[in-house]
Amino acid sequence: MMGTRGADLPARALVPAAVLTAAACAVPAVRQLDGLGAVGGAGATGWTVCCVLAAVHAGCVVLTRERGPWAGLAAPGRAGRAREADGAPPLVFPVLLAGVFLLPPSGAALVAVPGALLAPLGAGAGQRLWHAARLVLALYAAGLVRALCERACGAQGAVQRAELPLALVAAPFVAVTFALVLAVLDGTRTAVSGGRVPATLRRGLCPRTVGPHLVHGAAGLMMAVLWRSPYGPVAGLFVLLPMLLSSWGFAQYRAERAAYRATIGSLVKSVDIKDRYTCGHGERVGRACALIARELGMGERRAEELRLAGLLHDVGKLGVPTRVLRKNGPLTPAERQEIERHPELGDEIVRGIGFLGEARPAILHHHERYDGDGYPYGLAGARIPQAARIVAVADAFDAMTSTRSYRRGRPVDAALAELERCAGSQFDPQAVGALVRALAKHDWARLVADVPGPPSALDAEDASAARAGAGHGAAAGGRPGGGNVPAR
Amino acid sequence: MEARLPAARRLRTVPAMYAAAAVLGGAALCVTVWRGLEEPGTALAFGLLVAVGELARVPLPGSDGRSRSAGPLAGAAALGYAMLDAAGGEPALHGAAQVVAVVMTGSLVGMVPHVALGRPPALDVAARTVLGVGFVAVCFQLLHGGGPLYCSGAPGPVHALCLLGLTLLTGLFDAVLGATTAAEHTGRSYAPLLREELRIRCGIVPAIAASGAVLALAVAVAGLWALPVLGLPLLLTQIAFRRHAAVRATHRQTVLSLARVTDISGHTPGGHARRVAALCRSVGRELGLSGRELTVLEYAALLHDVGQLSLVDPVPGGATEPLEGRERRRIALSGASVVRRAGIPGRGTGGAEVADVVERQADPYRQQPVTARVLRTVNAYEELRLGGAGTPGRGAEGALERLRAATAQDHEPRVVEALSRVVMRGRGA
Repeated sequence: MMGTRGADLPARALVPAAVLTAAACAVPAVRQLDGLGAVGGAGATGWTVCCVLAAVHAGCVVLTRERGPWAGLAAPGRAGRAREADGAPPLVFPVLLAGVFLLPPSGAALVAVPGALLAPLGAGAGQRLWHAARLVLALYAAGLVRALCERACGAQGAVQRAELPLALVAAPFVAVTFALVLAVLDGTRTAVSGGRVPATLRRGLCPRTVGPHLVHGAAGLMMAVLWRSPYGPVAGLFVLLPMLLSSWGFAQYRAERAAYRATIGSLVKSVDIKDRYTCGHGERVGRACALIARELGMGERRAEELRLAGLLHDVGKLGVPTRVLRKNGPLTPAERQEIERHPELGDEIVRGIGFLGEARPAILHHHERYDGDGYPYGLAGARIPQAARIVAVADAFDAMTSTRSYRRGRPVDAALAELERCAGSQFDPQAVGALVRALAKHDWARLVADVPGPPSALDAEDASAARAGAGHGAAAGGRPGGGNVPAR
Repeated sequence: MEARLPAARRLRTVPAMYAAAAVLGGAALCVTVWRGLEEPGTALAFGLLVAVGELARVPLPGSDGRSRSAGPLAGAAALGYAMLDAAGGEPALHGAAQVVAVVMTGSLVGMVPHVALGRPPALDVAARTVLGVGFVAVCFQLLHGGGPLYCSGAPGPVHALCLLGLTLLTGLFDAVLGATTAAEHTGRSYAPLLREELRIRCGIVPAIAASGAVLALAVAVAGLWALPVLGLPLLLTQIAFRRHAAVRATHRQTVLSLARVTDISGHTPGGHARRVAALCRSVGRELGLSGRELTVLEYAALLHDVGQLSLVDPVPGGATEPLEGRERRRIALSGASVVRRAGIPGRGTGGAEVADVVERQADPYRQQPVTARVLRTVNAYEELRLGGAGTPGRGAEGALERLRAATAQDHEPRVVEALSRVVMRGRGA
């Protein structure tokens, strides 16, 4: 993603510029906090409040670090991306936003600094400074908006007097401003480093990011109200407990979901143990299915079901004798019949799993042909479930393009041409068209670069070559049962 | 290790708990009706929160679905009402009786839709909630304004800390009640159950209770507006718990499917993995394993034969026990690679531990962790009992006899004895 030498300049200037702006925002705190007088119930001065909040924030960050005792609480996001982007576990936001309600803008901005500098971003000082600067700027902006809101609806001191509906008005504005400034800063950074800006902005402003911030804003407000109540700062910090509980609940959910996905993975992996020719086949077919589903405009939920369907479509091979699956050379009619039972066996294996949705009929019918000559039931055309038609296309595509120990894979273009040739007879033209369109936009080799290929029997030492070969290569040989390879 | 309770005592405490809860609830209701409801707005708000929480009841993560408790929202709302000494600056006038009556009514109302849909009412949970809330309310009345243990004058940080201490005490009380019920339902002895309850609850219940304290303080300071604001994170928590339970169920179904694979492929006799898993669980309980170890053991038992898929020809009858040690270990390694390759993250779900148990199921017992010992012995028992293709089944007695003869190296005597107790009990029942 590195640009040319000329485009490098804004990328290098961005972090220092952000740090300088942040410093300019935070420096007035020195004078303002001195002049603030008592703000806490226990007669705490502005400096005390700022230091306590900063210490709590830093403590939360340290505890939820990668190897910290509460590591599980930090939101990993999708493949760790969100964690990198936010660099902060969700627990810290109520603390930061409480600062917005308790302190003047510059003081609120200062609260984030020590914790942000301790954040585990792994990328060195530059990354930490950037992270600190973006939090400082976002909090400063949120503080300004808070002051504006309070002036606009005459709510100055509402937090102090615990006038709740009135004090609550500012909370959503503060939360949205905070999220907005963070998203804009991230977008700027993506822009100068040549990334895709709309994706960054969308991630920063989607309901899944802003929604939690609204809750954090309300919790931060409650924290400020209790902090200034006769019960004092201790009561304010208690508000973190429900937030902790909530983070813990979501962390448990994520862990269980990861375990579930891993178990699905081991189901697929055990197919690989039996049929070593097809290592990684399920994973690649799953991705191709999801690609087709999205291209056909299906929702995320159906795309996920189709990914599962592709992943598990050959699971029935677990029920076919290993000797037959691994046989080199032509199969006898009896052996062929054994192999052709695998869709039904697969259906039998996944019978007990709820939530598979469309994946189950897809597993049962993925060897039906569009013209009705397939198995197990000889369904034709629209009577074949759509998911099964998609899996059939993805299955054939991967069977043709991947390298097997007995032959090299074909190039993607040749495989697509072959699919188009058989569209209408063997395959659903709609699904083939969707795959062709999707692969015009995405590079298949890159999409499956991380899927391990089969251990190459031709060249046992060079497994990496087989992996690199998955997706391109030339010359194909047919093998019965080895996927939906079009018959010549 | 685990002394069993005499049957007579086992049957007494749970009805006693129900009776105590009924008496307490009834009396509180009568007193409240007789005196009239103080501050009906506050009572209604808290009662509503309890009802909503009860309606969206969820099992707590890590509780195995058996040991249940009030969900975060209902629990926090109930405790919050019990510890409320003011609302929006005005002193609260409700007494302990009204607290119990409101919470009980709220949870019964929340239970109505469940019962209407044909689900059994969670009466044990309701009884525990009523007793727990009664306990907190009485403690609180003793501590706060004018009570005999009255400590702090003006509301201040000390007051807040007192509430926190009270909530920890509540967690302990709830765990004791939970362990009592569990001891009666399962017939296991009390101490390990209490330990288990405390382990499951040492984080969650105090956090829920502390959320109750926050509700109480926030309502005292800012009035009823604080309820929706702080109720939101608790409701989100409940949603997270619910999703967790759903994924957990699906995960379990998937593991069961994976366990059936060797049956379908003809490597093992039908239902072998399920039988071994069920028996492993009983033996593990008999040996006093913790809930987490039991889950690891159960998953490992379900998946212990997956390694046989790597065999080109199935072992006759799926019996690995007669095989040579080296071959058995190779199969175990292959099975572990399936479980481990799946990369089930270690903490929380025990994936790495499951793989470890599967891998070491064929080792001599002195080198095995206790879970793997149980798995090895139970698996051998099942194979011996039913027999394989060449060997006739020996039946339970014969199988146990054979295992006892092999306690020098292969099977741990303690595990074999636990197994024989479980088998004998199953026969007696």
